[in-house]
Amino acid sequence: MHSLPSHVKIVAVLSFVLVVVSTPITYWPAFVGFLILVIASSLAGKISLLTLSKRALIEVPFIFFAVLMPFVGTGERFELGPFNLYRDGLLAGLSIVAKGTLGVLSAVILSTTTTAREILRGLERLRLPLIMVQIASFMLRYINVISDEMERMRIARQSRGFDATGIKHWKVIATSAAALFIRSYERGERVHLAMLSRGFDGELPHTEVKSVGYSAWLRALSIPAFALLISIFFRMNG
Amino acid sequence: MSNHPSLLINNLAFAYPDGNQALYGVNLRVEKGERVALLGPNGAGKTTLVLHMNGIHQTMQGEVFIAGEKVDSKNKDSIRNIRSKVGIVFQDPDDQLFMPTVGEDVAFGPYNMGVRGDELEAVVDYALKLVGMSEFKDRPPHHLSFGQRRRVAVATVLAMKPEILVMDEPSSNLDPASRRELADILRSLDVTIVMVTHDLPYAHELCERAVILSGGIIVADDKTESILKNEKLLGTHRLELPVGFTLS
Repeated sequence: MHSLPSHVKIVAVLSFVLVVVSTPITYWPAFVGFLILVIASSLAGKISLLTLSKRALIEVPFIFFAVLMPFVGTGERFELGPFNLYRDGLLAGLSIVAKGTLGVLSAVILSTTTTAREILRGLERLRLPLIMVQIASFMLRYINVISDEMERMRIARQSRGFDATGIKHWKVIATSAAALFIRSYERGERVHLAMLSRGFDGELPHTEVKSVGYSAWLRALSIPAFALLISIFFRMNG
Repeated sequence: MSNHPSLLINNLAFAYPDGNQALYGVNLRVEKGERVALLGPNGAGKTTLVLHMNGIHQTMQGEVFIAGEKVDSKNKDSIRNIRSKVGIVFQDPDDQLFMPTVGEDVAFGPYNMGVRGDELEAVVDYALKLVGMSEFKDRPPHHLSFGQRRRVAVATVLAMKPEILVMDEPSSNLDPASRRELADILRSLDVTIVMVTHDLPYAHELCERAVILSGGIIVADDKTESILKNEKLLGTHRLELPVGFTLS
């Protein structure tokens, strides 16, 4: 799985997610099938389930509202233990949590088996507008430089006896953020000068395209294809 | 072509759009294979001068020639050629190294010059070898030390096989060992070098000849040794040898 070309993996993940979101939540056995598929591909990619679930925790803030959905809304209500829930809300909430989790899990598998650089290359091959790929790759390159700079500014603040503890310190933080912004902007100008000096004329080098064999596509796309079969099967028998 | 000087600047003057004049008639001639130190206090116009050498700043008055070819920032074809001949190494390697890996960054310049495929690969390997950074080809720049990043920055312009290498403060922020390693590399290169610096011992170590740019003009042009021995001249232009340093 690590060796598959990144654009093939991106297409596979996207189509898997597409199948998942277009399956209604009421066919819940299909979702069990999807989960099994995800776990199987994770194991095939030698990603431990612990790593997988740890990295998927990033989803938590996003599903927060989905968890609230059964408690607010209109329509039919029913009792579940101590709770009085809305049926539609519960279904919608469940749907978001289940589909969201499956999407995040497959994205985690993609990002664990592929470097950020490779993902960008893949997006470039999938004809994502070049300007977006370039912006993302500059971000990738400079995020460390800028976070180091931010860290140095924080240490310099602390060394002069400042610790951000409450709302009254926000002004200082905001000023630092502004300074960081100006510095990054100026760095951007210097980078541009350096690029011009090496003959930059608006186009970044392309990566040379190596054609990908059918077997790679077949292997990668077997997962969403299998998901599609599961979805159709349970719909016909549901 | 071969008897043209690498760099020839005639009576170059320049003012920024805000009216702030930086250069007041600079004359400078650098022969092929020479290593010249460009000394001068902060704000003397050193960076402005450097950015004229490859046509980033458009000349207002005067002319700049690189190996006999006039720098004309309006002529797109010629300026591409000029930029491949003038390799500028900027002071902060993080400004210069922006591609995801060292190898891709070194490839950036030659790629812009139309080099592709195996030839591109070969030129990248050649440039990295010159600065002793071959084994770092696939590493992202932010994983390297500052000294290593500066060496890669040198490689990124060497890959363009420049006529003249222009370095802005090459020794700044380097630890003594990196400083010496860089000096060894620079000495081993068969290329004209203009080195902008305040580091007078470094200028002495590497450059036979030195010029002082102060107040937008060249105020001195001589053997580095005689310039550095002239304390009065140095003092007038806010330059000083480090305490305890004597020329041997």
